[in-house]
Amino acid sequence: MTVLPYPVAGWIFLIGVYGLVTSRNLIHAVGCLAVTQSSTYVLLLAVGYRRHATAPVYADAPTGSRVVDPVVQALALTDIVVGATVTALLLALVVQLRKRHGTVDPDALSELKG
Amino acid sequence: MDTARLLPLVVAVPLFGAAVLVACGRRLPRIASDVLGTAFAAATAALTLVLLAGTGGSAAGPGRRGPVEWVGGWRPVDGKGVGIVLVGDPLGVGLAALVSLLVVAVLVYSWRYFAEPPRRHAGSFPALILLFQAGMSGFALTGDLFDAFVFFELMGVVAYALTGFRVEEPKPLQGALAFGVVNSLGGYSTLLGITLLYARTGELGFAPIGRSLDTRAPDALVLAAFVLVTTGLLVKAAAVPFHFWLPDAHAVAPTPVCMLLSGVMVELGVYGVARVHRTVFSGPGGIAQPAFSHALLVIGTGTALLGAVMCWQQRHLKRLLAFSTVAHTGLFLVGVAVLSPEGVSGTALYVLGHAGVKAALFACTGILLDRYSSVDEYELFGRARELPLAGAVFAVGGLALCGLPPFGTGLGKAVAEEAAGHTAGWLPALFVLVSAVTGGAVLRAALRVFAGAGRRPRNGPQSGPETTGEEEPETRGRLGRVPVTMLGVSVALLAAALAVGLAPAVAAGAGRAGALFADGTGYRGAVLDGRAAAAPSFTAPHWSAAGVLLGLLSTALAVALAQVAVRRGPAAGGAAAVLAPLRRLQSGHIGDYVAWTVAGTALLAALALPGIR
Repeated sequence: MTVLPYPVAGWIFLIGVYGLVTSRNLIHAVGCLAVTQSSTYVLLLAVGYRRHATAPVYADAPTGSRVVDPVVQALALTDIVVGATVTALLLALVVQLRKRHGTVDPDALSELKG
Repeated sequence: MDTARLLPLVVAVPLFGAAVLVACGRRLPRIASDVLGTAFAAATAALTLVLLAGTGGSAAGPGRRGPVEWVGGWRPVDGKGVGIVLVGDPLGVGLAALVSLLVVAVLVYSWRYFAEPPRRHAGSFPALILLFQAGMSGFALTGDLFDAFVFFELMGVVAYALTGFRVEEPKPLQGALAFGVVNSLGGYSTLLGITLLYARTGELGFAPIGRSLDTRAPDALVLAAFVLVTTGLLVKAAAVPFHFWLPDAHAVAPTPVCMLLSGVMVELGVYGVARVHRTVFSGPGGIAQPAFSHALLVIGTGTALLGAVMCWQQRHLKRLLAFSTVAHTGLFLVGVAVLSPEGVSGTALYVLGHAGVKAALFACTGILLDRYSSVDEYELFGRARELPLAGAVFAVGGLALCGLPPFGTGLGKAVAEEAAGHTAGWLPALFVLVSAVTGGAVLRAALRVFAGAGRRPRNGPQSGPETTGEEEPETRGRLGRVPVTMLGVSVALLAAALAVGLAPAVAAGAGRAGALFADGTGYRGAVLDGRAAAAPSFTAPHWSAAGVLLGLLSTALAVALAQVAVRRGPAAGGAAAVLAPLRRLQSGHIGDYVAWTVAGTALLAALALPGIR
């Protein structure tokens, strides 16, 4: 196991944040949020990884075989469910915003100020 | 009876209720789904009260730590475990009870509130509120960091949906989107921090992580984990500079939702910060106490001051109340930052009182919105003279917000203030100033809207961005007269806030909860070893002469401020121009808010850095 996944996770998080800050399109912004979240997948899987280990399913493997951390896999699955919910809800809001406002440009949304 | 078995029910009952409402809601008439929703919420509230009584003990006697339930019987072996734990710590159970009671109030309030629900979606509003209740109660009760994240996201997602509930209008969508993006980003940051902690310790529970961290000296990983986890919780708590989503979301969310967001969800963020610190990072392997205390004091003071200044500037009543919540959250953070049991007990009382008062104020604003399709202070000038009762509730709510004895806000403020005074002499002045300005803003609005006092404000030349309050009404047409449920709920909430300050049992409970909460080692022992540690001794919070005087002082200040403001009319020129840059920061732009969130994370890291030396 190299240390490479850890800086990669940090990089993905930061690049997602950069995209969120500079985004000119809300669909793109929600996509950037999903990118940010991908960094948590990378970090989780890197933490649970074991060299030469298999998936934590003992159905067709001997019980003594080396497996990756099953807790981390459960966390990643939960994380994916959470992320899918959030992304779907935010995209639905953007679609509705496009219908009502006629724009998906965050710079054009200026009714809530001060 | 083993009360521990009841703990999972506090989360499961509202979840089940939401499922029932989603399944049958569209076949039921409106009144039936409302009654069903309220019944599930009330059943949960009863459960939390039974649990709370179970953690009681005698009023002055030693505090008993609440029950601990390892769901499914997966207990830890030799301090290592894979199970999920719910901890009925008095403070957590108390918060769950507050959540449930407020949810009942909100559901009753919204019986007559909304126009007919969209066809085929009947019952969706109470179902969402019940999900919200499940998320918040779960967050208050969990003893597991990853579960805390899941409940954090559950309450987040439901809150975004509730904020944008009126999807036919553009403004709620904007507010919900900013809320969703910033809070989700905070949630993912928390998850990164949790992953780092898991990598170091191989544990996910608060108590096991804390024990495991203490086996070695803190290093950069601990700092990073602390900063990342705390960032998400501070975003939820709307601490400066993570607060930008809150005014936007509160200004546009349906009024009953505002009552929950301001009353208890934001405070759960503060609870999360305190809980994570006490159970995970307070030991020798965590963040050193002075650094944590200093970081939270800086952020809390900034939050309190900025919230107060911005609150004073608003004419949109919901935004005004939202910024007042920001200011009070700052005070709660300060109360927690002083790291004494008294600070926690005082803050707990303050939160209880604040929830009642703030929800009552939002309830009155909802009545205004119904009658006049506006929550704009200038536009409503003198128009609400015909609503004396609502006006009285609003004005008394404003006074209570200043910490007028004997309201719960006053007692909580007095106790937290005194505890903070032991840390730094100037902190009581901060409490007085901030509560005077926020209460004064509410009183000013009450004088103008309900009494038509002073000069009629006109739209003058504006020196900064401004959100006015012309809104679509949320009710079906104008209701014939104010429904008894809406006014009744606001009066009841205010009475509850009064009771918090008057009932010695509540104060004693808060004292016990604070003492147990501050004892992180005892928490770990109770959760991991299943033994009740020696209960720490505590003194029940009580009214002191200094506290009463300072409460009266801030109330007098607030009344004076409101008087001056009403006489002179809207601020023009000088002061407004000075504060314009501050208002311009609140730009409504998601990118700006995200940038501030990242800047806040960096600030937090810089402040906490001395803690690992």
